Amino acid sequence: MTRKSRRMYVLVVAIALLASATALVLTALDDNITYFYSPSDLKTKQVTVGRALRLGGLVEDGTFEKLDGGLKVKFSITDGAETVAVNYEGILPDLFREGQGVITEGSLNEKGEFIAHEVLAKHDENYMPAEVIEALKASGEWRGDEEQITE
Amino acid sequence: MSVFHRFANPNRFLKLTNQVLPWVSGLTVISLAVGLYMSFFTSPPDYQQGESVRIMYIHVPSAWMAMFVYTSIAIASVCSLIWRHPLADLAAKASAPIGAGFTFLALATGSLWGKPMWGAWWVWDARLTSVLILFFLYLGHMALMHAFEEQERGNKAAAVLAIVGFVNIPIIKFSVDWWNTLHQPASVMRADGPSIDPSMLWPLMIMGVAFKLFYIVVLLIRIKSELIEAKLRKYRRAVVDKAH
Repeated sequence: MTRKSRRMYVLVVAIALLASATALVLTALDDNITYFYSPSDLKTKQVTVGRALRLGGLVEDGTFEKLDGGLKVKFSITDGAETVAVNYEGILPDLFREGQGVITEGSLNEKGEFIAHEVLAKHDENYMPAEVIEALKASGEWRGDEEQITE
Repeated sequence: MSVFHRFANPNRFLKLTNQVLPWVSGLTVISLAVGLYMSFFTSPPDYQQGESVRIMYIHVPSAWMAMFVYTSIAIASVCSLIWRHPLADLAAKASAPIGAGFTFLALATGSLWGKPMWGAWWVWDARLTSVLILFFLYLGHMALMHAFEEQERGNKAAAVLAIVGFVNIPIIKFSVDWWNTLHQPASVMRADGPSIDPSMLWPLMIMGVAFKLFYIVVLLIRIKSELIEAKLRKYRRAVVDKAH
């Protein structure tokens, strides 16, 4: 074996080992790398009351309401399967609306409601001019809002 | 391999560079001008994000380049470790600051975009964190290159770092698919075709090409100056030897 081909084999083996080690670490840390839980995750993971976490999903249509006419708001986050009620007091991001993806930071209370102290808007990967959306909606082919964040 | 060896000869490389450089520079200026004009004036505002979407035309090509330049460095490092090509080390050395610059640009524009759209300058989700790690890898690569008295050892250490750090590139690319992130999934390089309207995809693609050409121009200039510097060192040594 020449020195060149030996160097090549050493490099290939080293890269293969490194890649599998990284894959194992990332799989083990899966839960920690995930930035937010979905409402379904909350049900399956048995989250304790008061533990800080992030909850993400779509703002359910028809659930948004302002309390006391001020900064206090209430809405539900859904992932299609499960729904969690969220209470929040503060300023909402510009993109916040019903049907929009959001990520909230806070904790669950005893009643199973989520008390958020921060709300971030998650926008989807579709980029389009407004006229195109109008045209799609007019022809009944627009289905953008329902298909996001269901994992 | 013979083509590879032919252009690995420094003198031949210099000659070829001098011929190619004016053309690539001209193309860079033209594509950048057209791309920027389309990005800022002719492309439409987004249905959700409005005018802020224009940050995309800088942010996304920068992020592509951050990964592309790192991949180039990793390939050059493999060539350097296996075939001991002097030009491979030079290419890696010349690329690192350019890649670091693109990564910084991607992080900075992303931050400026995140505040109005998401409501936060920065979050520690998988995509943003892995790109920050990429930035540190670039800085580490640059530092290692200069950390040793002998340039040879510096080159070798930096090459190993570049190859080890390459595991981060697929993590960056697929972070938005593997984990829940605040950052949205891929819009252009996805299995079912781009989810960007053609009126916005075109300026984005032209900007992508312009950034790539820019990298080639700066890379060639940097390698050229390194080669000339090496030549100068050789002459200087010859003069000193004669004087003694």
